[in-house]
Amino acid sequence: MTATTPAWLATDIQIADAKKELDQHTYESVQWHFHESTGCPFWLEKKAELKFDPLKEVNSFDDLKKFPEFEDECLRGGPIERWIPNGLRNKPTYVFETGGTTGIPKSRMVIDDFRIDYENFSHTLPDEYFPKGSNWLMLGPSGPRRLRLAIEHLCQYRGGICFCIDLDPRWVIKLIKKGWMEHLEEYKKHCIDQAITILTANHNIKCMFTTPKLLESLAAGLAEKGTSIQEIGITGIFSGGTEFTPQWTRFCVEELLGGPVEESGVYMTPTYGNTLMGLACSRPVTIDDGYTIAYYAPQPRAVVEVVDFDDHTKIVGHGETGRVKLYTMTKEFFVPGFMERDEGERELPFHKYPWDGVSGVRPYRGFASSTTVGVY
Amino acid sequence: MITLNPLRWGKQYKSLEFQNVFHFDTGESIAKIGQVNGGMVQMDMRKADNARKVLREIPTQELIARCKKAAHMFEHETLPVGDSQQTVADFIHQQSASTGLPEHMCRNNMQKNCFVLSNIDKILDALTRGLDLEIFARGYGEEGRNVTVSYQCQTPVLGAVLPNNSPGVHTLWLPAVPLQVGLVLKPGSQEPWTPYRMISAYIEAGIPAEAFCLYPGGHDVGGMIMSKCSRSMIFGSAQTVEQYSGNPRVQAHGPGFSKILIGDDVVDQWEDYLDLMVESVLSNSGRSCINCSGIWASRHTKEIGEALASRMGGIDILPPSDSKAALAAFTNPQMAKGTWSMVQQDLAEQGVVDMTASYGQRLIEQERCAYLKPMVVTADSPQRAVAMKEYMFPFVSVVKCPQKEMIKSIGPTLVGTALTADDQWIDELTAATHIDRLNIGPMPTSRLNWLQPHEGNLIDFLFRSRAYQIVPMKIAQPV
Repeated sequence: MTATTPAWLATDIQIADAKKELDQHTYESVQWHFHESTGCPFWLEKKAELKFDPLKEVNSFDDLKKFPEFEDECLRGGPIERWIPNGLRNKPTYVFETGGTTGIPKSRMVIDDFRIDYENFSHTLPDEYFPKGSNWLMLGPSGPRRLRLAIEHLCQYRGGICFCIDLDPRWVIKLIKKGWMEHLEEYKKHCIDQAITILTANHNIKCMFTTPKLLESLAAGLAEKGTSIQEIGITGIFSGGTEFTPQWTRFCVEELLGGPVEESGVYMTPTYGNTLMGLACSRPVTIDDGYTIAYYAPQPRAVVEVVDFDDHTKIVGHGETGRVKLYTMTKEFFVPGFMERDEGERELPFHKYPWDGVSGVRPYRGFASSTTVGVY
Repeated sequence: MITLNPLRWGKQYKSLEFQNVFHFDTGESIAKIGQVNGGMVQMDMRKADNARKVLREIPTQELIARCKKAAHMFEHETLPVGDSQQTVADFIHQQSASTGLPEHMCRNNMQKNCFVLSNIDKILDALTRGLDLEIFARGYGEEGRNVTVSYQCQTPVLGAVLPNNSPGVHTLWLPAVPLQVGLVLKPGSQEPWTPYRMISAYIEAGIPAEAFCLYPGGHDVGGMIMSKCSRSMIFGSAQTVEQYSGNPRVQAHGPGFSKILIGDDVVDQWEDYLDLMVESVLSNSGRSCINCSGIWASRHTKEIGEALASRMGGIDILPPSDSKAALAAFTNPQMAKGTWSMVQQDLAEQGVVDMTASYGQRLIEQERCAYLKPMVVTADSPQRAVAMKEYMFPFVSVVKCPQKEMIKSIGPTLVGTALTADDQWIDELTAATHIDRLNIGPMPTSRLNWLQPHEGNLIDFLFRSRAYQIVPMKIAQPV
């Protein structure tokens, strides 16, 4: 290790072991999703269109490149049952939606994935700041969203009870598109009022999920009442969204949370995720690291690559910029390469997550002008 | 390369995020601007009352004296701007490089801002109709007729979301300071220069730095300023103006659709006013809301169009440093192309004639920027779509319209210059509520008298006149 090598870097052995596990997981996932007895109608039908036999010709992660890119448009409309693997039929099933402000939303069928993803994530949370048994506030989107149930499960898994608010992100996007900014402000206030009411009602809430925009508004709302996130007793914040720039994180730590965790006692962990992939954790965010936010997918269940803007099969060099490509391989859902609407820089493997990550995540420049981000 | 840091109540904030500003022609990076986010504005605005408090600690007359000193420094001295010392020449070069305006136009805009600030006492005297400024400072006072008057300040700070391309508009927020109202500004991403230099001049002249915020950033910053400041101004499109229409908290400035209206009593002598027309269309490269975009007359429109085309059609592109340069570059070439395609749609309508067609290509695309050369079109009726258009380059439509139809046909008009001595028509023009600034007689639309209010009186925007009655109290003496 040279003087300039970061201390958090994964070793070659860790990287090789993770790669081996990923290859094995890929093989087993493809066997499951493309076998008549276990696969879902969607992929079994697709199998006939492929120019190769996935059961014989996918033996490693790199073999997934043989698949055409996954188009998430096929998630719009039904029947939803076509996504249920035959091997999991008759289990209680959820549907989670994404989009849908106008038109048909994209739907993802879920049985246990959200619980598994968030239980795995739970093990990454420091108990000092996310104390077991403490209650949570879910200050984020409600309705047919995975996040709503996932946070509640995370809280319950850690022995707490989760309080929620009503927040309809589709209405928020409509308000922005209509230019009804005063209504938007009022709706934001309505959400923050709900949160402050719960937080000041003696429920022993120590942890919360929220988005950057709502965290700003909550801090401002509390400040107006002469208190703060720190004073109200929150010690752990789990947050997510593409607005997590180093500058925003620094602002949040210094001015909303009361300083670095050692001084304020408030820990915030940014995450990156969506309904397709699950949840990517971040490397610890520190001043020394320039508040860099680097995310690592929950391998082997999901993989993130940073690929060339024009050639989506070509991974860019470490530190270089490209578009985010996702893979999902759980028992319930299979995505062999989906071009996410974000871009970022490829990050070196981290010792806790010894595979590539992505930092500086932001809306993909090709879509940025037409994408509404950070709305709630 | 200069670095411009955000200013939070007078303190520079070193952001981790920057936006680069590029020279429109060479592509050279000339500045990097630290960015803030809306949440920061929201948190800072909790301390907005302090901005007015520190300004109220200085008597109004002293503030005016310091403003005049700031005006001089702004126009003549080297000032600390961002991490650099900025000379006047630096300022003009930087502003021209990022906005595409020729340097002599940048200098004119600088002088205009300086003029307003140097004459701030006279301007405030005009806007307040001669009221003692102490009445505004204290909130009430004696007007001189044994009547108490009260003007209650409606906000501790004036917010402003400033434009990218028009260095001339900054005159509108300058008078807030001597009225003891702080400034919360979001500079335009390509024209941060005037707000940064002006705030520096204010501070160097002794105005408390705690009265100022400069927040470069994205849309969320502008939205937060508008949301958190009780009074703010925004510069944008017709859509922006429509969005804030009727909102007493917001003064929205958009396209002007300024016009010259020629009365039947003088239209046969139209040639006498050709210089006035050219100046109205061409000054500041046609970028201002006060530039004339329509000349309306009942006859001779073809001849007027031909004459204007012969004066402006041949104007060529010159380097920005050339003192004769009359055309500004579109720093975003796509914007020029988009504008050109809109113009082509206008020209496709029957009854619309491009009088500059024979003067060569109008859209000139260069490697990193583009230009649109001046255009004069005629429209045979107010019904033609082009009669209601305004573009960001010297573009004018000469519209044929009977005088008796003119007032009801012209639509919203920021500056209307009426060339007439017809008393009855002048009376009707005076009553027309869709004309904001009315010039009766040969005054170019682009020449403003700063002693007159512009798009609403800033005093009426920042203060509310209300009843205030005082009855002496008898206080028992302590035993």
